Amino acid sequence: MGIFDFLRARQTNTASIARERLRIIVAQERGQRGAPDYLPLLRRELLEVIRKYVNVDQDAIDVHVENDGTHDVLELSVALPGHSAKLGAGLRAEG
Amino acid sequence: MTEVIVVTSGKGGVGKTTSSASIAVGLARRGKRVAVIDFDVGLRNLDLIMGCERRVVYDFVNVIHGECTLKQALIKDKRFDTLYLLAASQTRDKDALTRDGVERVLEEMKSEGFDYVICDSPAGIEKGAFLAMYFADRAVVVVNPEVSSVRDSDRILGLLASKTRRAELGAAPVEQHLLLTRYNPARVVSGDMMSIEDVKEILGIEVVGVVPESEGVLAASNSGVPVILDDDANAGQAYEDAVARLLGEQRPMRFIDAPRKGLLSRLFGG
Repeated sequence: MGIFDFLRARQTNTASIARERLRIIVAQERGQRGAPDYLPLLRRELLEVIRKYVNVDQDAIDVHVENDGTHDVLELSVALPGHSAKLGAGLRAEG
Repeated sequence: MTEVIVVTSGKGGVGKTTSSASIAVGLARRGKRVAVIDFDVGLRNLDLIMGCERRVVYDFVNVIHGECTLKQALIKDKRFDTLYLLAASQTRDKDALTRDGVERVLEEMKSEGFDYVICDSPAGIEKGAFLAMYFADRAVVVVNPEVSSVRDSDRILGLLASKTRRAELGAAPVEQHLLLTRYNPARVVSGDMMSIEDVKEILGIEVVGVVPESEGVLAASNSGVPVILDDDANAGQAYEDAVARLLGEQRPMRFIDAPRKGLLSRLFGG
């Protein structure tokens, strides 16, 4: 720290911004790792179908696959606008 | 026992080839029998970094296609007689490398008694990168403390855990090591660059070496002498440490603290 530092514009700590952004994106991408390739397409088509009936946001649908030992569970959750409750559905798929 | 080590990263320009050359030389300098293979078909460069570009006659693809023997294609290093290079082909044919072909070459290297085969991966996650990692026992993931490099490295770690022969056979997983390059301690102190701890925490694997940003690296590639042979360069010494750690030695990290500032630069800011 120089005694004349106050004359210079204060800089933000960009390394910590990088760290936080990476933590989030890496966690998200790890969550999708190993998931079937069709998930993004399935998500997009589901969104189109639901939008025929209800006007929902792009990110209103959450689709992911979880493994509960013997089965893979395909989980869909749709957040409807103006309702606090979520419409949830669980589909059992072949393990 | 031959150990196959892939040097990979996902992102380009982070120092894979520089690292492959220095790791190969470092192992050979310790008396190990080492072959280093350039997997970057179409963009051959390891020969330049190793300083033997004028001695390439046959390449990796020639061997795979049976146009020459492995012995004819291996270029013996002029400095260490246990070190050999297999150059990449300059063909534009993307399918020149095949999984069977790569396996055959690696098997022959094993029967020739090499201790280590270093696979210098191309950037990206396409066929060349896939084949460079597929048969690996260990992986050195080269990463710069920068967002796109760290993210791409995480993607590579995922592929190492799922798209390798070890993963497919359900064998012991490919051992993963992080090699941090272009590290600038002064910028870490000033908050402009992520620290070793940051990168380690995000990626969740151990760091085998930290190579500081160094003028020696460019000088080394200019002259075709792997930087590990430059004892005056911090980067060279850092690679030497990394090689020792790969062989199981415990060594403290060097060159990770910012140089102390003098009185003048402390007063006036540096």
